[in-house]
Amino acid sequence: MSKVNLTIDDVPVNAAEGESILWAALDAGIYIPNLCAIRERKSPFASCRLCWVEIEGVDLPATSCTTPVKEGMKVQTRTPRVLRLVRTSFELLISHHPVDCARCAKNKKCELQRIAREFKFKLKPGKFRKLLRELPVDSSHPCFILDPNKCVLCGRCVWLCNEVQRACALDFAFRGLNTVITTSGGKPLGESDCSACRECVSVCPVGALIPK
Amino acid sequence: MKEEDLKLQITGILKSSGKERKNLIPLLQEIQREFGYIPPEAMEEIGKFLGIAETTVYGVATFYNQFRFTPPGRHHIKVCLGTACHIKGGNIILEAWERKLNIKEGEVTPDRGFSLERVACVGCCALAPVSMVEDTVEGKETIEGTMMPTRVDGILLSFELEEKKKDKIKGEEE
Ligand code: FES
Ligand code: FES
Repeated sequence: MSKVNLTIDDVPVNAAEGESILWAALDAGIYIPNLCAIRERKSPFASCRLCWVEIEGVDLPATSCTTPVKEGMKVQTRTPRVLRLVRTSFELLISHHPVDCARCAKNKKCELQRIAREFKFKLKPGKFRKLLRELPVDSSHPCFILDPNKCVLCGRCVWLCNEVQRACALDFAFRGLNTVITTSGGKPLGESDCSACRECVSVCPVGALIPK
Repeated sequence: MKEEDLKLQITGILKSSGKERKNLIPLLQEIQREFGYIPPEAMEEIGKFLGIAETTVYGVATFYNQFRFTPPGRHHIKVCLGTACHIKGGNIILEAWERKLNIKEGEVTPDRGFSLERVACVGCCALAPVSMVEDTVEGKETIEGTMMPTRVDGILLSFELEEKKKDKIKGEEE
C-alpha cells in the first residue's frame, strides 16, 4: 500500500494511504482523545466528538477519525479551538457520568481519566448541570456486569456484538438522554442471545462493562 | 389473547409485507394499529421476518415516541406536551396523572383500567393544556381543555362513580 507524508503537531508522520488522521497520530505516539473509534471499523461511528483536529487550509476543525490522511497535510491537535471543543465534549460526557473512581473497577484504566490527565481537565461537568441516571445494574450474566449509568454510548460493544461476533445481543435503545445499551426488550443479559465471547467487555473504554 | 392466536395474527400482518428492511417501521405501525401496542412476540417475529436482530427491532421501536410496549387500559389518557401545552404547564398535568394513577407515562395500571401516554400537539392549542381521554372499549374520545390538577381528580372520580353505578345496575338485574 502506498504511503503518504504529513505532519502532525509539526512532527513528520508517514502513514498508509486511506488511514484516518486519528490512527496515524496514535501510531506516531501523538495522543488524540477518542472513545468511539475502532480501527477495523470501515465507517467510523464518530459519536464521541472528542477527536478534533485542525488542518491547515481547512476552515473548520474536523473529527480526525473520519478524515483520511493526505500528502502534505499539516495537522494540529492542540489548538485553542480544538481544546475548546474537546473540553465541551468531555464536560458533556462527565455531566452524565457518575464519578466514583475510587470504587470503580476501571479506576486508572478508564479512558475518561486518561483524557482528564492528558488535558488537565477536572472530572467535573464545568458549565453543565450534572444529570445522572439511576438505572439498575445488570449482573445477571455469569461473566460480566453491565452498569448502564457509567456507559458513554460510544457504541464499540454494539458494533462488535453485531458486526463481528454476530451474536446481536446488545444494541442501542430509546433516545436522547434516555439512550441505553441494552438487550432486546431490556431483558437481563443472562437471558439474552449473548454467546459469552466477552469482546464487549474488552472494548469498553469506561467502567460500564466489567468482567466478573 | 392466547399465545398461538397472537402469533397467528402477527404472521397474518407480516404476510402482506415485503422483506426489505425499509418495511420495519410500517410493520411496527401496523402491529400497533392492530393490538394497540407492540407485544414482545411481534418484535421477535418481525426480526425473523426481515432477517435482522430482535435487538435492532427493539432499538428502532423504542427510539420513536409513537410506539408503546404495554397494552392500553380501558381508559387511555393522552397528555399533550406540544409547544402550547408545554408552555401552559402540560408537564404539571402529566405529573398529576402519574401521581393519581401511580404509573409513569407509557405504563398501564395493574387492573388495566388506565394507561398514560404523552403526545405532541393534538391540534387544539387554544385549549392548552390539553388531555385526551379515550374509552378504548367503546372507541370514544373526549378532549379535556384548560386542564388543572384538580380536574384530574374530577375525571377519575366521575369514572369511579360510573363504575359504581354500573355495578349497582348489574346487581339489581341479577
Ligand atoms: S473518535 Fe472520532 S468521534 Fe469518537
Ligand atoms: S400543543 Fe397541545 S394541543 Fe397544541
